[in-house]
Amino acid sequence: MSNLVNDFVIRFANVNGTGSASANTLFAKSVFRMGVPVTPKNIFPSNIQGLPTWYEVRVSERGYLGRRAGIDLLVGVNPQSLAADVRSVRPGGYFVYDSSRPLDKSLLRDDIHYIGIPMILLCQKHFEVPRVQQLLKNMVYVGALTALLDVEMEVVKQLVIEQFKKKEKLIASNHLALDLGFHYAREHYDCPLPVRVERRNNVGDRIMMTGNTACALGAIYGGATVAAWYPITPSTSVVDAFEKYANRLRTDPITGEKKFAIVQAEDELAAIGVVIGAMWNGARAFTATSGPGLSLMNEFLGLAYFAEIPAVLIDVQRGGPSTGMPTRTQQSDILLAAYASHGDTKHPLLFPSTPTECFEMTASAFDLAERLQTPIIVMTDLDLGMNEHMTPPLRWDDQRRYDRGKVLDAEALENIQNWGRYLDVDGDGIPYRTIPGTHPTKGAFFTRGSSKDEYARYTEDGEAYRRNMDRLLKKWQTARELVPPPEFFQPQTRCSEAMLFFGTSTYSALEALDELRAIGIDLDGLRLRAFPFSQAVHDFIEQHERVYVVEQNRDAQMRSLLMIELGISPQKLIPILQYDGFPITAATIVSQIAKYHPAATELLGGNGHPHVLA
Amino acid sequence: MTYLRPEFRHPESPRNALGYTRQYYEGALSTLCAGCGHDSVSGAIIQACFELAIEPHRVAKLSGIGCSSKTPTYFLGNSHGFNSVHGRMPSVATGANLANRDLIYLGISGDGDTASIGMGQFVHALRRNLNITYIVMNNGCYGLTKGQDSATADEGSKNKTGHINPFHSIDLCGMAIELGATFVARSFSGDKGQLIPLIKAALSHQGFALIDVLSPCVTFNNNPGSTKSYDYVREHLEVTASVDYIPERAEITADYAGGEACVVTLHDGSHVVLRKPDPNWRPTDRIAAMKRLHEARQCGEILTGILYLEPAGRDLHAMLNTCQRPLNTLQEADLCPGNKVLEDINAENR
Repeated sequence: MSNLVNDFVIRFANVNGTGSASANTLFAKSVFRMGVPVTPKNIFPSNIQGLPTWYEVRVSERGYLGRRAGIDLLVGVNPQSLAADVRSVRPGGYFVYDSSRPLDKSLLRDDIHYIGIPMILLCQKHFEVPRVQQLLKNMVYVGALTALLDVEMEVVKQLVIEQFKKKEKLIASNHLALDLGFHYAREHYDCPLPVRVERRNNVGDRIMMTGNTACALGAIYGGATVAAWYPITPSTSVVDAFEKYANRLRTDPITGEKKFAIVQAEDELAAIGVVIGAMWNGARAFTATSGPGLSLMNEFLGLAYFAEIPAVLIDVQRGGPSTGMPTRTQQSDILLAAYASHGDTKHPLLFPSTPTECFEMTASAFDLAERLQTPIIVMTDLDLGMNEHMTPPLRWDDQRRYDRGKVLDAEALENIQNWGRYLDVDGDGIPYRTIPGTHPTKGAFFTRGSSKDEYARYTEDGEAYRRNMDRLLKKWQTARELVPPPEFFQPQTRCSEAMLFFGTSTYSALEALDELRAIGIDLDGLRLRAFPFSQAVHDFIEQHERVYVVEQNRDAQMRSLLMIELGISPQKLIPILQYDGFPITAATIVSQIAKYHPAATELLGGNGHPHVLA
Repeated sequence: MTYLRPEFRHPESPRNALGYTRQYYEGALSTLCAGCGHDSVSGAIIQACFELAIEPHRVAKLSGIGCSSKTPTYFLGNSHGFNSVHGRMPSVATGANLANRDLIYLGISGDGDTASIGMGQFVHALRRNLNITYIVMNNGCYGLTKGQDSATADEGSKNKTGHINPFHSIDLCGMAIELGATFVARSFSGDKGQLIPLIKAALSHQGFALIDVLSPCVTFNNNPGSTKSYDYVREHLEVTASVDYIPERAEITADYAGGEACVVTLHDGSHVVLRKPDPNWRPTDRIAAMKRLHEARQCGEILTGILYLEPAGRDLHAMLNTCQRPLNTLQEADLCPGNKVLEDINAENR
């Protein structure tokens, strides 16, 4: 192995429910604090205790934040998965294990290095309670890694102090466990290893946050007062975080009264019903869910589309179909979300690619929902939602005002002569709405999911129905330029081919653009940020001979959506897919695109990485 | 039904405390079948709101899908209405209520809408003690799809096609009492004298107030052998107690407070007076209420009136401890913590 300073992948193999998560996070955060970009991924089972769980950390000085295959160092402390874990280490890599018991001979490979640390023996010697020994075993291996990978011990210890600031008596024992591992590694191995960390200044002012927390903060800042939800992995922590921050920021310190209401509904149907009822009545409301929940919400989404009621949904996508892989990531709800419900319906979608964008897009979703009087679905995924990402700090412009859209207050109603709830006055397809209780004699109307005329009167007149459907389409055209525009990654001279990507595929797509360039394949890039697609998206595709559409699902759903909505020829759009439930890697993208470039393929190594970078 | 309604009203029509006539509380013309029980319920709602002198625009009327759920069009034309999706009115009402606790929420549903497709939402809104008057127009059949049995059709009841229902029926009142409802009543669309004070009391109740109104379907379920026909219901009515609703400002007269009357005070200071109750029955005793309901059922009686009342229950807002100001009136200054707080949050995540 060549120089692996600040450029490696480390994987922790643990048993879930044994307190490993906080130790592993501690390691990742320490690298981050040393100014080196880091990407942790939690690969966990749909289970509470006793099954294998992995935590992967990619360290990348160059700032590549996508997942990368190939494990340079593995900490294997789960007997159940030991054999597979040993196999997963790259040739020349390192296997760190608990040497309290000898390793079975069948687990020995001659092409990797073994580093034994007697984790449990060290703990038994220094701590009395068996449960404590088990928990601190995790800190022993973090201590050993600190020595092996040259992580700064002061940084690690400071993080422990911060983590336990409310349970100070735990600090000393955790520090001791760190020291035990550190000194054992120092005394028995040649530290540091070629795989190691060196302090840099490549992190800037960025923060580490999960997308779900960022969405929750977006809802707080966006003025949401009602949250209704039904627990479902991987979206649950959105509402958990909303509750945490709302309790902190929206509770009267004297009376304890809350400026928010959270309802854990009986199912997802009720959750979206509560959101629609609240927004109909003038409050900002949202729900967070995942694919199975979105399936259940279809009926209500059709109502909100047709009756023109704002709503905000956060869909943290997971592996489908059906229950699918609840703890793995995918971008496979695209078509379901875009056309949710029967009849002619479509819904604007937002595609954040970082926690920072989760924050901004969730906050903006309330403005868009009220401006367009329709549901807005923020499409994140498990990778973005549940993993911590290095991301630019969250910012809020204190001058910013909520856009409550076209709502008539009592004074406006007094001055209006001919109000019709579904009358297109401004030519943008967006009518004016009223909130219950506004005016004693004006503005009352009947909201319904059945056909109606411009004055909200029930009608079965086909002509009136068609006029309404056409107006909704006009509103859709208005939406095209209201939603966030795409982001372009284009060198000055335009390439003939391009790559199109969105959401969490972005990290690896950007890395792949660099890698492809290194083997002579120059591509322009476009990151989609919203549906409906703006004219700019259409023009970009038109300007290129071939566009690779990168996504994390089997059926190339975004490609279909581009074909349907923009009338693009199928031949022009090449699907680049990964759908095994793991976040897409640059190697996957590079190897699939390289197939279309035979000359360049020869430059690729067997693992899909270009030789020049390997 | 009548397609024309004269606009003329007697110039000296009685006016309520707000100066409105009864006409002010009406809605569009009904399109239901002539003689439909639901139209009588609409009439009772109009009368109750008129007598209570409610500002119509302070009422939000919500419904699901079905004949019953059409009726909000036919009363309170100055109120916002929401004809939602089948069986899902309770969740929409929950959201609406959370957004603005100051309005009066009137939910209208049917037996299909509540006891079948909407059962889940019904019981959970009830469990949360959502502050709403929830009226079920119960005719034991699916009218809009031409008369199929519903889940409240009694076992052995015969429908218009001669089909005899083999399934046990769901008693919404019994279930509501069991699940902790705080106001449970049953009535009959043909008994305005009972229904109007019941609706007034329900509207004044803070919490979930269920009124299960037997409201015969003249077209599909008014035949001999049906247990939800006008004739059958009239013959089998058994009243727990007659009901009078007395607003806060009115005094309870000696007549009402006589030896046989039971007086329950609601949270807003108004009173419900139940006269000539069965000496062994107390409307505020949940177990006694359930026992009485079971006994009536055994005897083939349809027990009407207030079946159970718990005036001091805590509604959803009390349980969630939401602020007194309606959430939909809060502005940026109340809701958005600003960039300084965000900088602190950023610092916590480095």
